[in-house]
Amino acid sequence: MAIATVANPTTAVDTSAATGHVATMSLGKALNAGLRQAMTNDPKIVLMGEDIGKLGGVFRVTEGLQADFGERRVIDTPLAESGVIGTAVGLALRGYRPVCEIQFDGFVYPAFDQIVSQVAKFRYRNEGRVGLPITIRIPYGGGIGAVEHHSESPEAYFAHTAGLRVVTPSNAGDAHRMIQQAIASDDPVIFFEPKRRYWEKGDVDTDAPLDAMPLHRARVVREGTDITVAAYGPMVTTSLEAAGIGAEEGTSLEVVDLRSLSPIDFETLETSVRKTGRLVVVHEAPVFGGLGAEIAARVGENCFYSLEAPVRRVGGFATPYPPSKLERHFLPDADRILHEVDRCLQP
Amino acid sequence: MAIAQLKVPAERLTAWADYDGLVQLISVDGQRTVGCPHWDLVADVDALQLRDLYRDMAIVRRLDAEAMALQRQGELGLWAPLLGQEAAQVGSARALRPDDFAFTSYREHGVAYCRGVDPVDMLRMWRGSGLSGWDPARYNLATPAIIVGSQALHATGYALGLTLEDAKSAVITYFGDGATSEGDIAEALGFAASYMVPVVFFCQNNQWAISEPVRLQSHASIAQRGRGYGIPGVQVDGNDVLAVLAATRLALARAYAGQGPTLIEAVTYRMGPHTTSDDPTRYRSRAEEEEWRAKDPLVRLRALLHSEGVADDGFEHEVAAAAGNAATALRSGVLDMPNPEPAALFEHVYADPHPLLEAERDAYLQYLAEYDEVS
Repeated sequence: MAIATVANPTTAVDTSAATGHVATMSLGKALNAGLRQAMTNDPKIVLMGEDIGKLGGVFRVTEGLQADFGERRVIDTPLAESGVIGTAVGLALRGYRPVCEIQFDGFVYPAFDQIVSQVAKFRYRNEGRVGLPITIRIPYGGGIGAVEHHSESPEAYFAHTAGLRVVTPSNAGDAHRMIQQAIASDDPVIFFEPKRRYWEKGDVDTDAPLDAMPLHRARVVREGTDITVAAYGPMVTTSLEAAGIGAEEGTSLEVVDLRSLSPIDFETLETSVRKTGRLVVVHEAPVFGGLGAEIAARVGENCFYSLEAPVRRVGGFATPYPPSKLERHFLPDADRILHEVDRCLQP
Repeated sequence: MAIAQLKVPAERLTAWADYDGLVQLISVDGQRTVGCPHWDLVADVDALQLRDLYRDMAIVRRLDAEAMALQRQGELGLWAPLLGQEAAQVGSARALRPDDFAFTSYREHGVAYCRGVDPVDMLRMWRGSGLSGWDPARYNLATPAIIVGSQALHATGYALGLTLEDAKSAVITYFGDGATSEGDIAEALGFAASYMVPVVFFCQNNQWAISEPVRLQSHASIAQRGRGYGIPGVQVDGNDVLAVLAATRLALARAYAGQGPTLIEAVTYRMGPHTTSDDPTRYRSRAEEEEWRAKDPLVRLRALLHSEGVADDGFEHEVAAAAGNAATALRSGVLDMPNPEPAALFEHVYADPHPLLEAERDAYLQYLAEYDEVS
C-alpha cells in the first residue's frame, strides 16, 4: 500500500523535542500505553465499556488493563451505550474520572442524549460548581471493510455541541499523549480514534512531559509552499501520501494535522494559509455541514486577502456510509485530494 | 416445509404464567417428555414434520458453515455464525404463518431461510455488495438490524398497526441476551404491554454478548423480565426444537386472540465466535464449550428421530445431499455476485430528487470518467 511510503508523521515538524525514551508502536498500542500511564498516575481513573475487560476491547486498545488494574477500575458494562455515559456522569459526581469506550462510531447514538443533554451542559447548568471530567473514546471512520454502522464519522455533531471538547490523534505519538491530556482535562472530551490507523506504527516518546504540546494545538506535519491541506485523524496519513505524490509532480503541499476539532487551532492553520495562499480541507465525514464548512468560513473571514483561490473541501458524499464494496468511492484518497489541489491551483 | 398450524384451545392462552420452569419437550437423550408442561402443544408433530424440522436445521447449519468458509477465504467481509442456535431459529420461525411479520437481528439466518429468502441474498450484506438482500414485503421479514435491540420497537410498531386494523396476524422479533440491556428493549416491552399488541419477543439467550457473559446483563432470568410489564414470560430449552415450537405456537395464539405480547427466552449457546472477527478463546473455557457441545440441538433431534424409528440411513443421506446442494448453490451464487457500480452509491438516499446529492453524483461520475476509472 502507498501509505507505507509516507514519512512517519512524528518525525515531521514537531514543536516538542524528544526528551526521553522513544519506542516504536502501533497507534492502538500507544493508546493502551497512554491509558496505562494515566491509570498508574491517578487512581480515580476508571475505564468503562462493552468487552473492554477480558477481551481488551474489540480493537484490543484496553488489552491487559483489567488484568493489571482489576475489575473495579476496568469495568465491562451491559450493552447499553446510554447507560455507559449516564452512569459515568454519576461516577464523575462521586469524584471519579471515567474513560468510556463506545465500541463503534455508529453505536454512539443511543448515548447521544446523555452526551448532548447532560454531559455537555452540566457545568453550565451548575453555574461552574460541578464539572464532568469524562473522556469518551470512539473508534471512527471507514476503510476497514466493515458492515453498516461501523465506519461513520460523526464528529461534527459533537463539535457543534457547546460544552464538549473534541480531539482526534492521527499517529501513535499523539495518541499516547493526547489520551492522557484528554483524561486530565476537567471538561468532557470526545476522543475520536481513527480505527483504520490503529495498526500503523510510529515513534512514541513515553517520557515527554504532557504539556510539551498542548492538546488543542494543530501541527504542521509536512512543510510546503504552494497550498495548505488541513486534515485530521485518518485523513492525515492520506494527505501526507498526497503531498508525497504532489512533490514528485512539482507541487509543494503543506499538511496541517488539526488534532483538535473543538476548539480548532486557527492560529496555526491561518499562519499556514497566509504563507501558501490556498487551502483544501479533508475529512471522511460528508462535506455538507461538516467541519470543513466551518473551517472554510473562518479562513475566508480571516485570511480573505491572503487567499489566491476559494477554499475547497474533500470529503464523503451526502449519502449514508455505503456498503464496503463502495467505500473506496466514498472515502477521499490521495487522488481526490490532489484533484482539489489542482482546482485550487488553477481556478 | 411448513409445520401445520395448531388450533390452541382458548383455555391454554393464559396458562403459562403459572409455570416457572424451563420448558423441555425433548430430553437430552432424545425422548419426548410426554406429560411435561406444554407437551400438548406439539403432540401433533408427526414423523414427517419432525424430519422436516431436522432437514431445515441441517441445511441451515451447512449454509452457515459454508458462509464461514467463504469469509475465511476472503469472499465475505464478515460473518456472524448461528452454529448451535438452529433449533431456536427453526423451531420458532416454522411456527409462523406467511402473514406474520418477523424482525430479526443479524444472526437469524435460520429464520430468513424458513421465511424463504435465497441464502445468496442473505450474504449480500456480509459480502459488502449492498446493505440488504431482500424486499421485506415479499417475505414479511425486515432487513436484519445491526444496532442491537432497535428492531424490537419496530416490531412493536408494526404490531400496533395490526391492532389498529383489527388484523389477526402477529409479529415476532428476535434479539439476543446482550440486547436486553439496551433501552430500546425496555421501551418496546413497555409500549407492547401498554397497547396489548400482538408481538412475540423472542430472546435467544446464547450466553454470550461478544465477550460478556449473560450474568453481566441480568442476574434474573430474561423470561422474568416480562413480569414487571405485565407480559407473560417463558423460558424454554432453546436447543430443543419442540419446546421452542410449543412456546412460539402458544405465544402466537395469544397474539392472534388479542391477548397481547409474550416474552420467550430460548436458552441456547453460541457455539462459534461472535463473528469471524472474534476469538472466544480469550474469554471462555474449553470445558464450557464442551459442555454445550453435548447439548447440540441437531444431535438431540437426531436422537429423537432414531428413538421414534422415523429416520434411517436413506433419510440421512437425503438430508446430507440436500445440505450439500444448498452449500454449493450458495458458494457459486456468492462468487457470481456482481460488484455494485459507483453510481449505486448515490441511489436510494431519498424518495424524491435532492439537488445536493445529484450535484455530488454528477461531479463524482465526471471525475471518474476523467480518470477513466468507471470501468
